[in-house]
Amino acid sequence: MSEKNLVRVSNVDKVFKRGSEEVHVLGGLDLEIPEGEFLALMGPSGSGKSTLLNLIGGLDRPSQGTVEVGGDRIDQLSNRRLASWRARHVGLVFQFYNLMPVLTAQKNVELPLLLTHLSRSERRKRAAIALDIVGLSHRTGHYPGTLSGGEQQRVGIARAIVTDPTLLLCDEPTGDLDRKSGDEVLDLLQELNREQGKTIVMVTHDIHAAARASRTLYLNKGQLSTAPED
Amino acid sequence: MKYLYLVWSNLKRKKLRTILTLLSIMVAFMLFGYLGAIKQGFSQGIDVAGLDRLIVRHKVSIIQLLPEAYEARIEQIDGVEEAVHQTWFGGIYQKPSNFFAQMPVKPQEYLDMFPEFLLSDEEREAWLNTKSGAIAGRGIADRFGWKVGDRIPINATVWTRKGGERTWEFDLVGIYDGAEKGTDTSQFLFRYDFFHESRQFGEGQVGWYTVRIADPERAAEVAAAIDAEFANSPYETKAEPEGAFLQGFANQIGDVGFIMMSIIAAVFFTILLVAGNTMAYAVRERTNELAVLKAIGFTDRGVLGLVLGESFVLAALGGGTGLFLSWLLVSMGDPSGGALPVFYIPAGDMALGVVLILMMAFVAGILPALQAQRLQIADALRR
Repeated sequence: MSEKNLVRVSNVDKVFKRGSEEVHVLGGLDLEIPEGEFLALMGPSGSGKSTLLNLIGGLDRPSQGTVEVGGDRIDQLSNRRLASWRARHVGLVFQFYNLMPVLTAQKNVELPLLLTHLSRSERRKRAAIALDIVGLSHRTGHYPGTLSGGEQQRVGIARAIVTDPTLLLCDEPTGDLDRKSGDEVLDLLQELNREQGKTIVMVTHDIHAAARASRTLYLNKGQLSTAPED
Repeated sequence: MKYLYLVWSNLKRKKLRTILTLLSIMVAFMLFGYLGAIKQGFSQGIDVAGLDRLIVRHKVSIIQLLPEAYEARIEQIDGVEEAVHQTWFGGIYQKPSNFFAQMPVKPQEYLDMFPEFLLSDEEREAWLNTKSGAIAGRGIADRFGWKVGDRIPINATVWTRKGGERTWEFDLVGIYDGAEKGTDTSQFLFRYDFFHESRQFGEGQVGWYTVRIADPERAAEVAAAIDAEFANSPYETKAEPEGAFLQGFANQIGDVGFIMMSIIAAVFFTILLVAGNTMAYAVRERTNELAVLKAIGFTDRGVLGLVLGESFVLAALGGGTGLFLSWLLVSMGDPSGGALPVFYIPAGDMALGVVLILMMAFVAGILPALQAQRLQIADALRR
């Protein structure tokens, strides 16, 4: 993954079927994201931000067009190869953290490493490092239910970065947090972008959050623009 | 193995539900093992019946007697090596509920015919030298706490003694063990000459014959020859392999195997619904989490394997514990206090239990697992 543009989305349509009705969420969309960029995607609800994020992360497939990440045409990969690609190249951060409530913070972070050939001790070591990066090395044995929202989101970020992915995709990462916790999470994302060179795509409604990104794009009626629509 | 903690953690999510499901499965398999042992008891060692032995009884019913003189005539028939007779005594020891088989036999011939009855040389010698001597199987001796040297009184219900006396007293000179697990050790055997001299009626008549044949492959042919020998006589016979005879004897109280299997099938069907319901709920509750697993790189098959794994762990834990407990209960003795001639879970039934555990796990888990496999990540994350 050494191209200048890490992500290249070309002429992408996404159509959802709701019964007999077809809903066009994205239409002929083009997007290029250079390696190392921190991109914020903004737009009103239902504008297709999360859909675009899902397409870039290989969680969904376009109805038409191509999605290329790091030189891989991920829209053409089989389900099995796409899953394997996600495990190696994508870290996901969700609005509601989506941690496993039955696992400790440590075990939650270890989850993506189960898909690697690492030994148990190596998995533990790497999860501990990831938790240390997000400032939670003292909460490794805690279950999500005993952590604050901000801490849970930081565990979510640790899980996203533990495999050292090329691309970090964050869907409203501060949407469920108070301002202080949200700021801490954004500080962390900025740090990952600046110090570790992670390419980050963040969907957000929050203009303050978007201000942390190096570029902001607005999505409206299935099209991207550099300025919000009035 | 690295996914086991994930499977285990998911089962711990709803502890009460998991425990109740485990208990249901455990009880079903405990019942399976225990009823299997009872079925084996009723089948009276059919599995260990001699392939080279025939039973010759009266054509009408086993309670009809046969002439003692038939022994020599049977032994004359081509393919027959030896014949010994037995007679059902049907006496009562202490109280009517103490049911067990008592039979007058010729000691040397009988022990030769049934080498699976293991008796020490000293005890064999003592029996041959004591006219009122009797031997008992280990099972029946343990049941009543008998030991060699005891005098055992049996109250006759049919075979009164000369003079009308009903009580027969026997000197216990030996206790035999079974060569195999399924060997009947509930018999009480005493000498035919003692019986013959003392009984009030029925002189020259015996219950049935056990016949050893030279070639088990000729069993049907020899049996037909025996029946032909006594055809059109006042005492026509029915000869059949020992296993078939024992099966017919067991069937006199109904097809025990069928009854047991019907009960077990009904129980398993119910438990299958319980386990299936548990797995379906477990998956429906975690739609979002399963989608996250897929999002971070678990394949469709991987997620299917995780859900099936939960089903297998649940069934293996519940079923394994149930089978173990049934084995424990059975090893504590049969519920009738020893009336069943044999009481153990056959190895075949244990193996069948393991197969049923695997089948239950698969059937209960496959639909929820397929549902998890087909989950679309983007759709599921939106829920």
